[in-house]
Amino acid sequence: MRPLTAPVETQPIQATDDHLTVSGLACAAGKRVVLRDVDFAVRRGELLALVGANGSGKSTLLRALAGVRKPVAGEVWLDDVPLRTLSARRRARAITLVGQEEALPADLVVGEMVALGRTPHRPPWAGGDATERAAVLAALDQVGLAYAVDHPVEQLSGGERRRALLARGLAQQTPLMLLDEPTNHLDLRHQLGLLRTVRGLGKTVVVAMHDLDLAATFCDRIAVLHDGALLTIGTPADALTPAVIHDAFGVLATPVTHPVTGRTHLLFSADETEPHP
Amino acid sequence: MHTIEDVPQRKSTRRLPAPVVVPVLLVLLAVSGVASVGFGAEPLAWSAVVDALGNRLTGTTGDATFDIIVWEIRVPRTLLAIVVGAGLAVAGVGIQTLVLNPLADPYLLGVSAGASVGATAVITFGVLAAAGLWALSVGALLGALGAALLVFGVAMAQGGLTPLRLVLIGTVLSAAFSAIASFLVFRSDNPQAAQAVLFWLLGSLSGAAWNQLPLVAGAVLVIGGVLVAGSGWLDALATSPDTAAALGVPVRALRGGLFVLLAALVGVLVAVAGSIGFVGLVLPHISRMLVGVRHRAVLPVAALSGAVFLIWVDILARIAVRPTEIPLSVVTGLIGAPVFLVLMGRRHYRFGADQ
Repeated sequence: MRPLTAPVETQPIQATDDHLTVSGLACAAGKRVVLRDVDFAVRRGELLALVGANGSGKSTLLRALAGVRKPVAGEVWLDDVPLRTLSARRRARAITLVGQEEALPADLVVGEMVALGRTPHRPPWAGGDATERAAVLAALDQVGLAYAVDHPVEQLSGGERRRALLARGLAQQTPLMLLDEPTNHLDLRHQLGLLRTVRGLGKTVVVAMHDLDLAATFCDRIAVLHDGALLTIGTPADALTPAVIHDAFGVLATPVTHPVTGRTHLLFSADETEPHP
Repeated sequence: MHTIEDVPQRKSTRRLPAPVVVPVLLVLLAVSGVASVGFGAEPLAWSAVVDALGNRLTGTTGDATFDIIVWEIRVPRTLLAIVVGAGLAVAGVGIQTLVLNPLADPYLLGVSAGASVGATAVITFGVLAAAGLWALSVGALLGALGAALLVFGVAMAQGGLTPLRLVLIGTVLSAAFSAIASFLVFRSDNPQAAQAVLFWLLGSLSGAAWNQLPLVAGAVLVIGGVLVAGSGWLDALATSPDTAAALGVPVRALRGGLFVLLAALVGVLVAVAGSIGFVGLVLPHISRMLVGVRHRAVLPVAALSGAVFLIWVDILARIAVRPTEIPLSVVTGLIGAPVFLVLMGRRHYRFGADQ
């Protein structure tokens, strides 16, 4: 702990560097505990990956970070404000959550679906004006879907759906975005394209994903969840050690150097001593 | 980088813009309204209808018989058809969004079954005799609001107004109220009671009078207006409650408000016209096929098309088996079902999430 008498000018601006702070967070589904004792901070402007096996609590954590899911214990702070003290509307102006398998109403067209992202910025009776149209087109353009603005949502391919959902998130225009497996259903080119887009936003982004290699390549830090608890958080090199990967995923990881780029990648193999899931 | 060849050729939706549909429906409404005043036990020519209306509006005196038929009987009846049709269609849009279910109709919240208990009590046992001519309406309204309150209370006690819970509780309690109404009819000594109850249950506008119009029209206008004002939130809610919450919509408050407004609206409509089936179920779907799903467009279009539809239903009810009138639900069912099936088959239409 820093002494209270420390000179002001030498104090790091640590407090304002943390965009979102989680302390002692726990969530439960009925009696089952899905998250427990989660403590970490999301730094302003960083791209933080959230990795972990299926059911490790990634989606629950993202929903709690968005303030949509009420924790049973602990607190989420947005800057210096407890998230639960904010109205739903103010929260949605600060934090965007794009869910993993959000149902899209079949009868909306893409432009209308993306325009839903403007909901927190307008009164419920307004909408459809020129600024909205501009925000919608800009968001669709960022994900390469501008051509589909008038297509019915149900005619989109799986990958287009993911990108359309991201566009809705972009149209929400918040400084903080929480994305739940945005690269699902995307081909390799679009996975890279989407992550590059997200990286280039200059926003604070927390993204749940399964591809550890992509996470290590694109993200500033990685948080590893295991069984509802935060196993570790740190730079890709610090967080994704073979030991951590074995604990979190039950597989063996071998770091290898890419023969062309010289970057370190991980190769995975089954741990034959582990019981088959 | 998408070139033209990259882009799959897909048909966009064949929707009509609301600013085109609304004026067309307004013209249709005016024409249908005048036609409705002309049809009836005593058919009147268009010119006679226009004369009688014109005389009233300009303050001159014309044929006294026509004046009474037109002004005291058919005009209020036509206006009531407009108001009730509009109200039912708007309530249908609201309830389908509240419970995310394309099969939901305005009577889902137990309102109509509750009203039938009240109305049956009035018809069979002369409850509320002190209210005189208004007894039936008052009884129905009390029954409707009581039932809605019960559905609301049970749903809240079990954890909130979630779509599935509302559908189940509404359906179950409706069945229970219908059983009570049937029991009342069964216990009645009045042999005509059963027929009177049946006629009321199937809906009729024959009791239309000027003095009941302000309340009903006010309820439809105010509640319809509030729903239009909340259309941005309703759009988000129709996507999914989770998405709506993430988009900053106060989902609980919105659901509670929607329930109260819909129960009040449908309660008033049932009180004056009985329960008219099909309008609130089908017109919302037809409106969405016409102008898409955004509530700002759907609600006005549903209101106008519901009004036009119910005017013609009421005309048919009056002239099909002259001189007796047939209940409105008989007509709405007979016309509505085939029309709806044809529309569903002709145009690609789906409701709700596409998974």
